[in-house]
Amino acid sequence: MPQNADNVLDHFELFRGPEYQQMLANKKKMFENPRDPAEVERIREWAKTPEYKEKNFAREALTVNPAKACQPLGAVFVAVGFEHTIPFVHGSQGCVAYYRSHLSRHFKEPSSCVSSSMTEDAAVFGGLNNMIDGLANTYNMYKPKMIAVSTTCMAEVIGDDLNAFIKTAKEKGSVPQEYDVPFAHTPAFVGSHVTGYDNAIKGVLEHFWDGKAGTAPKLVREPNEKINFIGGFDGYTVGNLREVKRIFGLMGVDYTILGDNSEVFDTPTDGEFRMYDGGTTLEEAANAVHAKATISMQEYCTEKTLPFIANHGQEVVAFNHPVGVKGTDEFLMAIARISGKEIPEELAKERGRLVDAIADSNAHIHGKKFAIYGDPDLCLGLASFLLELGAEPTHVLATNGNQKWADKVQKLFDSSPFGQNCNVYPGRDLWHMRSLLFTEPVDFLIGNTYGKYLERDTGTPLIRIGFPVFDRHHHHRRPVWGYQGGMNVLITILDKIFDTIDQNTIVPAKTDYSFDIIR
Amino acid sequence: MSLAQPQSVAEIKARNKELIAEVLKVYPEKTAKRRAKHLNVHESGKSDCGVKSNIKSIPGVMTIRGCAYAGSKGVVWGPIKDMIHISHGPVGCGQYSWAARRNYYIGTTGIDTFVTMQFTSDFQEKDIVFGGDKKLAKIMDEIQELFPLNNGITVQSECPIGLIGDDIEAVSKAKSKEYDGKTIVPVRCEGFRGVSQSLGHHIANDAVRDWVFDKLDPNKAPPFEPSPYDVAIIGDYNIGGDAWSSRILLEEMGLRVIAQWSGDGSLAELENTPRAKLNVLHCYRSMNYISRHMEEKFGIPWCEYNFFGPSKIAESLRKIAAYFDDKIKEGAERVIAKYAPLMDAVIAKYRPRLEGKTVMLYVGGLRPRHVIGAYEDLGMEVVGTGYEFAHNDDYQRTAQHYVKDGTLIYDDVTGYEFEKFVEKVQPDLVGSGIKEKYVFQKMGVPFRQMHSWDYSGPYHGYDGFAIFARDMDMAINSPVWKMTKAPWKQAPGQAGLLAAE
Repeated sequence: MPQNADNVLDHFELFRGPEYQQMLANKKKMFENPRDPAEVERIREWAKTPEYKEKNFAREALTVNPAKACQPLGAVFVAVGFEHTIPFVHGSQGCVAYYRSHLSRHFKEPSSCVSSSMTEDAAVFGGLNNMIDGLANTYNMYKPKMIAVSTTCMAEVIGDDLNAFIKTAKEKGSVPQEYDVPFAHTPAFVGSHVTGYDNAIKGVLEHFWDGKAGTAPKLVREPNEKINFIGGFDGYTVGNLREVKRIFGLMGVDYTILGDNSEVFDTPTDGEFRMYDGGTTLEEAANAVHAKATISMQEYCTEKTLPFIANHGQEVVAFNHPVGVKGTDEFLMAIARISGKEIPEELAKERGRLVDAIADSNAHIHGKKFAIYGDPDLCLGLASFLLELGAEPTHVLATNGNQKWADKVQKLFDSSPFGQNCNVYPGRDLWHMRSLLFTEPVDFLIGNTYGKYLERDTGTPLIRIGFPVFDRHHHHRRPVWGYQGGMNVLITILDKIFDTIDQNTIVPAKTDYSFDIIR
Repeated sequence: MSLAQPQSVAEIKARNKELIAEVLKVYPEKTAKRRAKHLNVHESGKSDCGVKSNIKSIPGVMTIRGCAYAGSKGVVWGPIKDMIHISHGPVGCGQYSWAARRNYYIGTTGIDTFVTMQFTSDFQEKDIVFGGDKKLAKIMDEIQELFPLNNGITVQSECPIGLIGDDIEAVSKAKSKEYDGKTIVPVRCEGFRGVSQSLGHHIANDAVRDWVFDKLDPNKAPPFEPSPYDVAIIGDYNIGGDAWSSRILLEEMGLRVIAQWSGDGSLAELENTPRAKLNVLHCYRSMNYISRHMEEKFGIPWCEYNFFGPSKIAESLRKIAAYFDDKIKEGAERVIAKYAPLMDAVIAKYRPRLEGKTVMLYVGGLRPRHVIGAYEDLGMEVVGTGYEFAHNDDYQRTAQHYVKDGTLIYDDVTGYEFEKFVEKVQPDLVGSGIKEKYVFQKMGVPFRQMHSWDYSGPYHGYDGFAIFARDMDMAINSPVWKMTKAPWKQAPGQAGLLAAE
């Protein structure tokens, strides 16, 4: 018996013992009707070939291991960024269980969200009663200052009208007439979680700026000197928003972060559960209409929101999840230009430190090939940083990226000699990526936790940057934006490069002649 | 914790009743009336726990429940390793459930096994408008081309499928015919069906009956020589290897396990099962349906068992052995004796550290009762328990075999209720799921996930109990819980106490 009270064996050791190995071998042989091992091996090899890749890329209907989630996840992410706000998702309740689990697994934090729990009768008669009862219950139980409503695909397919439903619910007394219930239709069969982010943040702004669904006068913009900031759907929201606030503080810029969920996704363990923490106040959300300009850190998370804001008379500026020197330069210079404030020496020094770090380390990255996948903006930001490092972002793939995005990535490639042999893959999934890693191998893969299976399958070392990251802890607490964020990304990449070299030179008297302890 | 807690059963009952009355105050009247039926204080001698169950969740209350799709794809079908399970509809459901359940398996992923992959039809607006049947048919063709060693396909319906009137049965039948009788199983587990995961289990069970069992050729020779000791493990999902640390005990006592449902399971094993002499059933809630069907149709008896903790394991091994001859009965005794020293050592090591500690549970359809014995083996006491998706027969089993007088019972608990209950009862440990974990840890309450074993396990069987005991100890006795209050924020006496420890 392998188990032992003194040294308790975990699953990864327990089952390797002969008792279990024999048992599993018998199970397979006797009862599983297994495939011929030679046949498994043959198919395994075939699935690595260019021929397989061609068939794989010819897929028209099947999606395998996509790198995207659905709209309501983005809406929930937005809602918790407002003060004392609870996300309310109208539709099936299982969806909400999934969003909450997904966010909790990434941030290692509670994720509060309610559902209108629609079932078969609601499918037939519509979900109005669910909305009426649901708003009343949520309002009484969780005492939110605002309830932000979005939808699951069920409610969208049957055509529930949020505007009318919320109005009726208010008439029935579920919540007070003047109570804030912004909403966004977020069909899961359109776009992805970044689209949901876009719709939801636009929904909140529209609510406050354009007369609260016809219940209040529209706000008249009285321009001030403030800058609005929108982060977009971002797994590093905790570290990034704090870094952005620090930068604004250093520059002396008056700002409003719209959808600031950096506190609620990083609450202390001190004996108290904070269902709500931090967040953009409702007053700030309303007053954001007066700002001079709005900066979006992620263009593809704000495709509808920015034009909406621009129509209210503000300047809008969009970035693509800037990572590294050039991206941060452009970000800071845009803030300086809009605000009229100078970039302080302290930030110039931070820039110099990042350039210094790159100068120290770039020899280890130069010429290395990377495959990147993730959300469209993150891919652009990372690819741009790799080009700065003299690395080649050989494959850049976004399941939720479109042709417009691909053109933008291509333009980025064209701007650098290191981009000449790089390719962009819009709308593809991680099974496509698998073929790419076999047929056109790279040195490293950058992606979220699901890249673990690509790493195991293809042997390409994975650098975890993206969302979700479930199987490594606390990455979300560090910024990847700003020069300091760039430093974090650089260190993350370097650590993996050095670890990989060390792993490959570890066999005594065979490969360990590369003994270097100094690099 | 456990400061100034009531001591006698009468006091506990009074406190718990008061607590229920208090939480109900937060609700609007109609909701309070409905929720009241799901909360109770257990009275010993009663045949059930006195709560209503398997009823629709109330909108807006923050239920912890999932949906029928989660019950079918996530629980019953997903672990069948050599089949490809299509999450049919928009991308989200498959994405959020992708590899999130720890159904361990052995196989070459992507070639002959597919558990940790996410196959989806990724519905777009045009699929909603024009229907997804053609796309589904094409998906099956593409699967056949790119994954030629798959042994079957299931279609796990997401909400839109039933709403737009797609005929996934027709597509499945046609494609099965086209591919020489290949097993293709349409499952109508749209998330809006039923009130929780539970109906998804039932629908998935029925799909096994209709699309696997009913297609079996009775004249086909069995793939193995039958033996009088053939059993099938039903309702073990092999979380962290649970089914393996269970199977080994059954085999050591002389039985032969011809199938595992569904953790590390295969289509062949599903097909083997009608040849079992006995079905041994761990998760009653999710697989009693197919067990009853096999009893009726094939005359196979079934027997519930519980492999959490040495007391229940020994009881269960003897119960299973009672269906067989003396050879097996002796085998059961031999297995119990073999592991007794390990169990003694585990209890000697951990019981002194856990004795008298209290636990509150809130899990799915089995564990809120099944794990109670394991805690008791460690000298711990379960003071509150409830189910996400139990039916009344689960509460009967709970009342008759597991919980103590005065235990707080909460069915389909809401986030608000659970938080308040824990705040007042002050247990030493809460066992629930990922959505609850961080809520209670923030409150300074030790926590273990009891769906995923908090990424540990196995917890089943004797080998698993050692891990279970260690994990409960590391949760409760972690130094971190003494640091939650900043020293300058503690009452002077309290700080002194901690310093003296």
